[in-house]
Amino acid sequence: MIAGSKQPMAATTVRDLPRRRLGASLPLTWLGVAPFLLFALLFLILPTIQIVLGAFRTPDGSVTLANLQGLAVPNILNATWLSMKISLLTALLGCVAGLALAAAVTRGGLPPWLRDATLTFSGVASNFAGVPLAFAFIATLGRLGLMTVVLRDWFGVNIYATGFNLISFTGLALTYLYFQIPLMVLIITPALDGLKREWREAAECLGASGGQYWRMVALPVLWPSLLGTFALLFANAFGAVATAMALTGPSLSIMPIILFAQIRGDVLQDPHLGYALAFSMIVITGIANFIYIMLRSRAERWVK
Amino acid sequence: MKAAKIWSWFAFGLAVIYFFVPLIGTFEFSLRARRGVYSFDAYRSVLGDPQFVATFTYSVVLALFTIVFGVLIVTPTAFWVRLKLPQIRPMVEFITLLPLVIPPIIIVFGYIRLYNTASYLPLTGSAFGTNILLMFGYATLALPYMYRAVDTGLRTIDIRTLTEAAQSLGAGWTTVIGRLILPNVLVAILSGAFLTFAIVIGEYVLAALLNRPAFGPYMVWMGGNRAYEPAALAVIAFSITWACMAVIQLATRLSKHTRAQR
Repeated sequence: MIAGSKQPMAATTVRDLPRRRLGASLPLTWLGVAPFLLFALLFLILPTIQIVLGAFRTPDGSVTLANLQGLAVPNILNATWLSMKISLLTALLGCVAGLALAAAVTRGGLPPWLRDATLTFSGVASNFAGVPLAFAFIATLGRLGLMTVVLRDWFGVNIYATGFNLISFTGLALTYLYFQIPLMVLIITPALDGLKREWREAAECLGASGGQYWRMVALPVLWPSLLGTFALLFANAFGAVATAMALTGPSLSIMPIILFAQIRGDVLQDPHLGYALAFSMIVITGIANFIYIMLRSRAERWVK
Repeated sequence: MKAAKIWSWFAFGLAVIYFFVPLIGTFEFSLRARRGVYSFDAYRSVLGDPQFVATFTYSVVLALFTIVFGVLIVTPTAFWVRLKLPQIRPMVEFITLLPLVIPPIIIVFGYIRLYNTASYLPLTGSAFGTNILLMFGYATLALPYMYRAVDTGLRTIDIRTLTEAAQSLGAGWTTVIGRLILPNVLVAILSGAFLTFAIVIGEYVLAALLNRPAFGPYMVWMGGNRAYEPAALAVIAFSITWACMAVIQLATRLSKHTRAQR
């Protein structure tokens, strides 16, 4: 990243002079960021700590692991597994499809304006997640949706007769891909731009075919970016609530929906079980994001 | 090379189908409210619904407050960190990225437990307090985008020289930030502001769990109770997102223009 490489230099020049001068009035300097730190503390950090601590406490305040053990009941385990499955599947498909699309518009010899249009659209579509997206898929692939009707009336294919149902795991995955693929395109395009033309020419000089170039040069270089983005997409799908809520209602119990119901009405009959559930969500998305950040810094070695 | 090109067009074509059919489908569906003919009845019914007007206005007002608050908290911080405290930059950046790591549902869960009526700061005790809390929540969700936008804007100007010049002319900190830094990063702030707007307008989880009458929960309610109106709402929501993004694109292009002139 350009900003990262510039930063140490800027920091030393800035530090030289004013630091000595401001040394005595250091607390005053810190006052400048006090409102921000206070805001972050009150509305970001403390609420999260509250949940984490709550996961390890009994209602009367003593420390316990019973809440986390309490998660090992069938309906929560099923929800966790379902959430994992949907996140893994849409992250994987999102990565593959996003990479294919990004490769097509950056390296496939398509007109350059298509690349800009794709990136702009991806920027917008990656923000489409939420309630309206669910409505769009109901209007398209629901029982009376445009595609369903067109396929039935024009091609004689009744997709609902073949067992397809939008209000299901498949339907939710299909909907999630609408924001997963664009996110992949947005993140992987800079990495694809980092592939130098010389590498391809060098590979061709040595007699490599297009397939061999991708398999033996491009993919190994892209590998950290791909894995990192996979982790990011995973976390992205894992934390999504609104889309699933509006599409399937409570019929598909993924983890965030159970947590939502728990916050609303204590469906787990134990407030501290809710803390434990939230804590396990933080751990899962936290690990995924950590992997993303680690791999991104590895990937940046090549994009210089 | 030829095969690669055909393959690229194929991949691109599939993407176009996947991404555009739902948009067309939504629009077509929203026109079907009257039996047999296309009409704008669903839109008329939505726009005439007092609930729509109330919730939409609520979300717009909340978005505006969130933007003002976000700008007030982010701009001085980003400025100060660049000018005086570069050593805490990694920490501040880490904090601003946290809302992308912690799912919003966790954050609002924390709010409900931390600011309930039995706490030191019983924000959820009154409607006004909950509105404030919701605004803080939205400012938190928008923090990563707002901070990155403003910080990128600050990178393009020489804040040290500008600040020293202003100070040697007798300007105080308020003047420096209000009349020097803010106007210079206005374009960056605008792009952050419109992204914030797009996020707040469609947001569901925070508003639903804090029980506020915002646009997101209204949409979900409509989804469960009406047939064609949800599609009309989706078209409206998509248009707002598109409009916001278009403004951001325009603003970015304008900023490139001014930068080239310097």
